[in-house]
Amino acid sequence: MIWEVFRQERKGQPFVHGGSFHAPDQSFADAYAREFYARRQESVALWVVPRESIHAIEEFPDEFDLKYRRVDGYSIKARLKEARDRAGTAAD
Amino acid sequence: MTERAQLLIELADDELILGWRNSEWTGIAPFLEEDVAFSSIAQNEIGHARALYDLAAAELGTDADALAFDRRPEEYRCAPLVQLRLVPDWARTIARHVLYETADAIRIERLKEHEDAELAGIAAKIEREEVYHRLHAEMWLERLRDEARYTSAIEELWPYALGVLEPSLRRALADRFGRPEVEAVERSAPGEEFAALWDEMTMVRRSAPVGAQW
Repeated sequence: MIWEVFRQERKGQPFVHGGSFHAPDQSFADAYAREFYARRQESVALWVVPRESIHAIEEFPDEFDLKYRRVDGYSIKARLKEARDRAGTAAD
Repeated sequence: MTERAQLLIELADDELILGWRNSEWTGIAPFLEEDVAFSSIAQNEIGHARALYDLAAAELGTDADALAFDRRPEEYRCAPLVQLRLVPDWARTIARHVLYETADAIRIERLKEHEDAELAGIAAKIEREEVYHRLHAEMWLERLRDEARYTSAIEELWPYALGVLEPSLRRALADRFGRPEVEAVERSAPGEEFAALWDEMTMVRRSAPVGAQW
């Protein structure tokens, strides 16, 4: 059985995926998680989750290229350059 | 040597030699995760040994390394239980682990109430790590409880387990396992199996000139 571990480095911070390992049940998983991800006080909290409990979603169709909805769809750098060129003051 | 130094050295020798024996599983434990976990328990035990030797050393005017490595094999005071070489038998190793951690819990609990504040303090410190060793032992116990190879190992090692504790504490151990207080395998001058361990453990230290700095 595979377990996924998410660790929190400091109180209030988001949990980040730390890694995964094999363990036969929750008590083994807890013990190993402790040893692998918190032995040197590098975590203040752990989430130890059976991989099968994680529902992964990976398909996100974007048939109509709606990238203008995203902030990175609007390149301010290019627009700035255009504006500077028009004003005749292109940056060196 | 005072009774206090004697007690510290017995405890430290138990932890050092058990740590050493458990570390013999590094690289060959039944599966990778267990390899890492059991090795780190072994390291913890050796860390406890160091802390205990430090206290004894301050009293005896020497240092922890000298106590750990410069004594003759026959001077070690560790219980026969921790001296047994059990690789590659995992069931017997877990049986020893379960027996030792339970016995150790009883004696550490007692030591926490010692009138000597230093002894009580170190016991409390050790206890905070031993909690996790016990959790580890218990999860394996749950898994192997009804297996013949495990129950026969407990049977075999039971008199050794009693020998870890001073006689007044043995009743408590017997109660926890629901077993009779049989004749214990007592601490005595270590035997041949220990001599081989000692030889390997002290080899590097003995090869260096006296006073070498590491």
